[in-house]
Amino acid sequence: MSRGRYGEYGGQYISETLMNELLYLEEQYNHYMNDPDFVEELNTLLKEYAGRPSLLYYAKRMTEDLGGAKIYLKREDLNHTGAHKINNVLGQVLLAKKMGKTRVIAETGAGQHGVATATAAALLDMECEVFMGEVDTKRQALNVYRMELLGAKVHSVKSGTQTLKDAVNDAFRDWIARVHDTNYVIGSTMGPHPFPMIVRDFQAVISAEAKEQFLEKEGKLPDAVIACVGGGSNAMGAFYNFIEDEDVKLIGCEAGGKGIDTPYNAAALTNGKIGIFHGMKSIFNQGDYGQIAPVYSVSAGLDYPGVGPEHAYLRDTGRAEYVPITDEEAVVAFEYLSKMEGIIPAIESAHAVAHAMKIAPEMDKDETIMICLSGRGDKDVRSIAEYRGVDLNE
Amino acid sequence: MSKISSAFENGTAFIGFLTAGDPTIDKTVEYILAMEEVGCDLVEIGIPFSDPMAEGVVIQDANVRALKHNTTTDDVFDIVARVREKTDIPLVFLTYINPVFFYGYERFFKRCAELGIDGIISPDLPYEEKGEIKDIALSNGVDVISLIAPTSKQRIQKIASDATGFIYVVSSLGVTGMRSEIKTDLNAILSDIREVTDLPLAVGFGINTPEQATEIGKIADGVIVGSAIVKIIEQYGEDAAEPLKEYVSSMKKASNE
Repeated sequence: MSRGRYGEYGGQYISETLMNELLYLEEQYNHYMNDPDFVEELNTLLKEYAGRPSLLYYAKRMTEDLGGAKIYLKREDLNHTGAHKINNVLGQVLLAKKMGKTRVIAETGAGQHGVATATAAALLDMECEVFMGEVDTKRQALNVYRMELLGAKVHSVKSGTQTLKDAVNDAFRDWIARVHDTNYVIGSTMGPHPFPMIVRDFQAVISAEAKEQFLEKEGKLPDAVIACVGGGSNAMGAFYNFIEDEDVKLIGCEAGGKGIDTPYNAAALTNGKIGIFHGMKSIFNQGDYGQIAPVYSVSAGLDYPGVGPEHAYLRDTGRAEYVPITDEEAVVAFEYLSKMEGIIPAIESAHAVAHAMKIAPEMDKDETIMICLSGRGDKDVRSIAEYRGVDLNE
Repeated sequence: MSKISSAFENGTAFIGFLTAGDPTIDKTVEYILAMEEVGCDLVEIGIPFSDPMAEGVVIQDANVRALKHNTTTDDVFDIVARVREKTDIPLVFLTYINPVFFYGYERFFKRCAELGIDGIISPDLPYEEKGEIKDIALSNGVDVISLIAPTSKQRIQKIASDATGFIYVVSSLGVTGMRSEIKTDLNAILSDIREVTDLPLAVGFGINTPEQATEIGKIADGVIVGSAIVKIIEQYGEDAAEPLKEYVSSMKKASNE
């Protein structure tokens, strides 16, 4: 079996044209991660530029209101650019620069990964082009302009469902034509090896910090870690260093959309089947003949018909559990956290908040939950207003 | 060994590609037979897929057209069955691996064997992942066609020494589609491959004019044309048989000039 396996998942199911580049990327990644100068440079960027470590915040009002477990928020929304995406992007763009590349490309759903990539590209003086589904460019018009402001070129992808998966298709199509000068800065723990590993490692800073912060504040580890899962990068980052601590429950929240019994959801681990797509063997939403299914979520960042291979593995081994959260539950959580703690979460992260609202009241008061608050919700204000039938243009 | 080698016994082979179900299942049967009639030596039948990542816009659109009326893997097998009533021309599937995986490898290749499919080309199954289907395909008499790209370099040795049927040499970086010029030093790649294997080498990606076919025909054993054929089908829809015949016969001739 090929490299980069998580049980039967993972692998390198990709065009021959890209194979040498993927092998080279892995070799360079291993080289630089063992180079103290590179690690130092990256850590300095994470600290001085992105604002790490991110806070572990005790959500007192929310805890008291729910009346059960103590709730902590890992505040990835406070990072520069407003989401966890910057952790991965600084690593990958710095790596691309060291590899002698002059151009980076990225796919984006909600726009957070595109903005983060454009930001890092501006900082490190790289050319940057971002692929974004046409539907998403409309849902997240502000982020399109933000990327352009940062000097990136945004391609509106008109093929297929015009959302995240199609953006990934077009990013791969671009990369295959320009492997010589371009690195594909993939935004989640997905794609062919080594991407799921690289993205996980760069996001693992979330759980590395959280572990120390929990020991400092509570003198023990959390009882549950909750994160939203699209491709699964913030969840993988939040889970990774806790995998060895078997008493810590790991819970991923998928986009249940309008309900898992309707065609309008993106809950791959709930409704999907094993398949091979976007370079990896994993779990995908698919039709009767293995056609990738159109998926739906109120959240552009979770609107992906699959999940990273390591999540599929964590599910199969029982180490993590995955639950669907509907649009309505996520929107209620979005509003709840805003009013309760004065923190407007990304609608993606609101899926994790929603699950905490379900389980916290059932838990003891001396138990603790960590929610990975993967991003801030400014970008979602307009679409949530629309969801609630509020016309902001009047 | 499959019938594939017979495709290369008639001068430089002309290999034509079309997407099954574009514009209809009946027309795909007709167009395969039309191409064969004017000298096409091997036909690549594309199984439509929702996300053809290695294709340019022309073939992407053909996939969309075929899937619009729900062309299924079973429909594609029906097309093959109907073609097989009329001809023994070597046939290979061009398919992303997920539809095959989903259908079930055993079931899929058993059907291939029953219908006389000679090979399978999967753009997302590189050497490292060939183990998915290699044994089951070969035991059903189906060659797993290996691709070699301009970026393959030191990988040529292991890919070519493991190859069967023919080798698909990718002319250029990027996705499929018509190109005005092919810049890769194909001579160098072809001779590197020939040091490893005696299998026929067919070149594809970008070829669309008779001039290009002549040029490639001089150095390769086969010329593969996809997007240009699909473009004719796109343009003429259900009336593409005559224009296809005209195009394929001119390309077969040019490949041997």
